[in-house]
Amino acid sequence: MALYSEKVMDHFLHPRNVGVIEDANAIGEVGNAKCGDIMKMYLKIENDIIRDVKFETFGCGSAIASSSMATEMIKGKPVSEAMKLTNQAVTEALDGLPAHKIHCSVLAEEAIQSALEDYRKRQA
Amino acid sequence: MAIYADHAATTAMSEKAMEAVIRCMREDYGNPSSLYRLGQRAKELLEGAREEVASVIHAEPREIVFTSGGSEADNQAIRSAALDGKKHGKTHIISTAFEHHAVLHTLRQLKSEGFEVTLLDVHEDGLVRPEEVEAAIRPDTCLVTVMYANNEIGTIQPIREIGAVCRAHQVLFHTDAVQAAGIQAIDVQAENVDYLSASAHKFYGPKGVGFLYARKGAPLFPLIQGGAQEKGKRAGTENLPGILGMAAALKESAGVRQQESERLKALRDRLIAGLREIPHSALNGDAEKRLPGNVSFCFEGIEGESLLLLLDEKGISASSGSACTSGSLDPSHVLLAIGRVHDVAHGSLRLTLGRDNTPEDVETIIASVKDVVAYLRSFSPVWRDLQNGKTPFIL
Repeated sequence: MALYSEKVMDHFLHPRNVGVIEDANAIGEVGNAKCGDIMKMYLKIENDIIRDVKFETFGCGSAIASSSMATEMIKGKPVSEAMKLTNQAVTEALDGLPAHKIHCSVLAEEAIQSALEDYRKRQA
Repeated sequence: MAIYADHAATTAMSEKAMEAVIRCMREDYGNPSSLYRLGQRAKELLEGAREEVASVIHAEPREIVFTSGGSEADNQAIRSAALDGKKHGKTHIISTAFEHHAVLHTLRQLKSEGFEVTLLDVHEDGLVRPEEVEAAIRPDTCLVTVMYANNEIGTIQPIREIGAVCRAHQVLFHTDAVQAAGIQAIDVQAENVDYLSASAHKFYGPKGVGFLYARKGAPLFPLIQGGAQEKGKRAGTENLPGILGMAAALKESAGVRQQESERLKALRDRLIAGLREIPHSALNGDAEKRLPGNVSFCFEGIEGESLLLLLDEKGISASSGSACTSGSLDPSHVLLAIGRVHDVAHGSLRLTLGRDNTPEDVETIIASVKDVVAYLRSFSPVWRDLQNGKTPFIL
């Protein structure tokens, strides 16, 4: 019995969409170093479609895997759909997380919400 | 290729210890309390093991009680001293902030039962000051309990000096020597120790067995009630295979101690030098006064669990004091006790070398840790902010 599911390990060992988007028009950052997890999401949104997404994460294996999975789930999607992404959906897509790691998927949801909030502010 | 570098967590059993366990299971399965020859043979083996264990730490056989391990020994020693103290109106206990949870949680329980506990500071170097122990002693102090060597940062405490202070003030002194037994030269006489806890699986013996040294005359009460085994101090049929395995392992460890200690120190110091090349990293605890195989580092801008998982992918077994590995939101109480702030304590790595590790292992570990730290920093927002000067470096 491994600590994490194969899906989690796959996304942890081969994270998708890692990095920075220099001309991002939406950026969200959540968490703090004191608690041991920080996620930063960069979105490039055109005509309300998320054309590109990248992340940077300081955190444990499940934090990195949750970030990776969440970026995959919103890439190419309309903003309205990304807004509906929940931590449960991220957790399910990862074939589950240990109980004390669920907060990592919550951070992923919050990081995306935070980036979309930033986008709304910039539009206004 | 697999490199086991977590000897402070546990060790692989030595061949000699395994042989002793198996021989006992096969041939000497009698109950030491039985009067027929098979039982009396078991009794002889049990007492032989007691003599061997006692001689390694310069104790008398009757001062050794076999237990289920270090945690039980810690519980029994502390509870015994506390119970005796209470009878004499002494309900103050002195310990340190970075003890093992077997000690800290026992003390927490005693607090709820009316005891007062003073936890001493261990300073940045991870060392307790004997003069601070002395200053904390009050007329109602019944026990001082300070670990022999720390399990995370490996720092070796001035046990002899603390023991002398306690002796001078006629206060009982317990030391949790789980990380030191079989590795350091322990002399309970010279070190003025009243109680000492040890666990077999830390020195290449089996799991589930350990011992408590209790100086003759020191108060000792059983935690487990029942039969008259262990002179009434620990009921239950003795775990003879485990005890014989432990005695064999301890004897073997004592025999190779000096040369193994020198060998490990050389590996440890090379490992420390190699890891120090990583920018914004720091060794935890004093560089000299530490266990021969212990290397503990903090790396800024990364988190420990992901570091461990990636090292595991490279075949290296190690440990961390990050929150994610402790199962709580706080990183290790040991790292916080030596003044590491949360942000840095999350990025900790403990490598503990042992009998099978080679110089080649050390070079592989250095290269692997360098790779993994650089990789994790490459997409860490914390590292980015540090590099951009947005937040100041701590290390």
